[in-house]
Amino acid sequence: MTDMTTSNVPQKKAEMTESLKLQLNTLLGAKVLAVDVFRGELNFTVNINDIPQILLMLRDENGGSFTQLSELTAVDYPSRDKRFDVIYQLLSVTLNQRIRLKAEIGDGEVAPSVSHIFTSAEWSEREVWDMFGIFFSGHNDLRRLLTDYGFEGHPLRKDFPLTGTVETRYDDQEKRVIYEPVTLTQEFRDFDYMSPWEGVQTAMRQDDPQPVQDDE
Amino acid sequence: MAEAQIKPLTMNFGPQHPAAHGVLRLVLEMDGEVIERADPHIGLLHRGTEKLIEHKTYLQALPYFDRLDYVSPMNQEHAFALACERLLQLEVPRRGQFIRVLYCEIGRILNHILNLTTFAIDVGAMTPLLWGFEEREELVGFYERASGARFHAAYFRPGGVHQDLPEGLTDDILDWADRFPSYIDDLETLLTENRIFKQRTVDIGVVTLEEALDLGFSGPCIRASGLPWDLRKTQPYDVYDELDFDIPTGKTGDCYARYLVRVEEMRQSLKIIRQCIEMMPEGPVLAEDHKVTPPRRDEMKTSMESLIHHFKLYTEGFRVPAGETYTAVEAPKGEFGVYMVSDGSNKPYRCKIRAPGFPFMASIDQLSRGHMLADSVAILGSLDVVFGEIDR
Repeated sequence: MTDMTTSNVPQKKAEMTESLKLQLNTLLGAKVLAVDVFRGELNFTVNINDIPQILLMLRDENGGSFTQLSELTAVDYPSRDKRFDVIYQLLSVTLNQRIRLKAEIGDGEVAPSVSHIFTSAEWSEREVWDMFGIFFSGHNDLRRLLTDYGFEGHPLRKDFPLTGTVETRYDDQEKRVIYEPVTLTQEFRDFDYMSPWEGVQTAMRQDDPQPVQDDE
Repeated sequence: MAEAQIKPLTMNFGPQHPAAHGVLRLVLEMDGEVIERADPHIGLLHRGTEKLIEHKTYLQALPYFDRLDYVSPMNQEHAFALACERLLQLEVPRRGQFIRVLYCEIGRILNHILNLTTFAIDVGAMTPLLWGFEEREELVGFYERASGARFHAAYFRPGGVHQDLPEGLTDDILDWADRFPSYIDDLETLLTENRIFKQRTVDIGVVTLEEALDLGFSGPCIRASGLPWDLRKTQPYDVYDELDFDIPTGKTGDCYARYLVRVEEMRQSLKIIRQCIEMMPEGPVLAEDHKVTPPRRDEMKTSMESLIHHFKLYTEGFRVPAGETYTAVEAPKGEFGVYMVSDGSNKPYRCKIRAPGFPFMASIDQLSRGHMLADSVAILGSLDVVFGEIDR
């Protein structure tokens, strides 16, 4: 491969992303709250209630382009008013493009399920329910997926402790596995190695420790 | 005589069953020997990888990726390294890229040997497994010689690979690459036209292309349904766009097609391995930006700056610009993606791992409905599931 083609590839890709951005912007119209391209990845911010309609449009219009939902997940920003972002990562095998939809949702609010549009969302939504506690309405079978039977809490929320809340062991007297509250033999240590001189002060990170006071 | 009332039987398959490929609890509702509904209970190997990664620096998070799909560890690391590099906008030296591609293809063969042979054992053929593990042993030997570890390598780093290859290793890999096709031929004589194997796999677990897309399939499973979709070709990363290889596809989308696709992929991987070794230039294997990659050991003995870099890198780690990325690689099982959100600090704010096996496992119900109990084992084997990555 010559040097010319290798240098043209990123440029051509950027042009394609740009044209797709315009095309989808006109397709979705007022439903798009914000669009951005970061590191060549197309990102649409939309309203959570428009999601099923948008996914249907993206899947079926323009000759059926975004036919695969490769990823459905969420991100927790506890300091925000609406604390969760639900992320939909779509793939088109005909256009060879990926796009990402992002929708904010608050704690206790209900998201519309998309499992009737993409079957792959069925388990992803179960996982998001399990890990974040975001409820999806219209889902047939919203049980917990990855955690233990009878588990309480939503582990990927930022306020859920890393060590969890219960631990199990085999009890010789009762002859069964029993659940107990977590006891740590040593205090839980979560070192913050950020340089005190140039560490970023971010509001996003909830477990930011207080800056060390110099008493000397 | 009164009509007999047949009660549907609920049956528990696993979690401790050799054909469950790890720890899968499959609750089956049976009508006689026919499956009416399959309800997989997963999560028995859930270790909270994503939560742990949020509490680790980027470099400390990397070894978790070996432990996801423990059958082909380096392919997972690759996705994480590429995601970091995309956010950092870091260039990897060409030799580093070639080494990564070389080891990804070794990982692909490692994976396919294990999958095809355990699949064979699930449907009743013992010999391929015994032969296959001899080959795997040699391959993990190559892993060990490059990284020091047979499985949990932690060899790919953001910016390249940790160390250069030791002398003579590429010659040994080439030697092995000359011998390996005869193993594939042997495997094929045992299985491809084997009457029992074909009876157990042909027309079992058929997935059409539309279904495959809808279910979120990728990798060999979607190729077996007839779509020539391979991220190494369609969205190439590292040096895949310079290499010459073909994408095998199946026509029928059944278990047998998935088997055939994987066999051919092993041959294509060998082709890539040979090209990598041939084309690999001399030079550095790790980016020279010492804010991200550690300095060389000998530099640390003489240069104060290198010593500071080393200290900072292994305590604070490197900081990644705020932003998010979804970076996917063609892992042996399919599209392995990392969705990473960075808040500009030294730890990932969120790292979602998109495992290819997850949608496969979710489709078990749809695929095994109406099949016999024994077929569910064949379907499971042909989908290539590993619980390390599904449960995370």
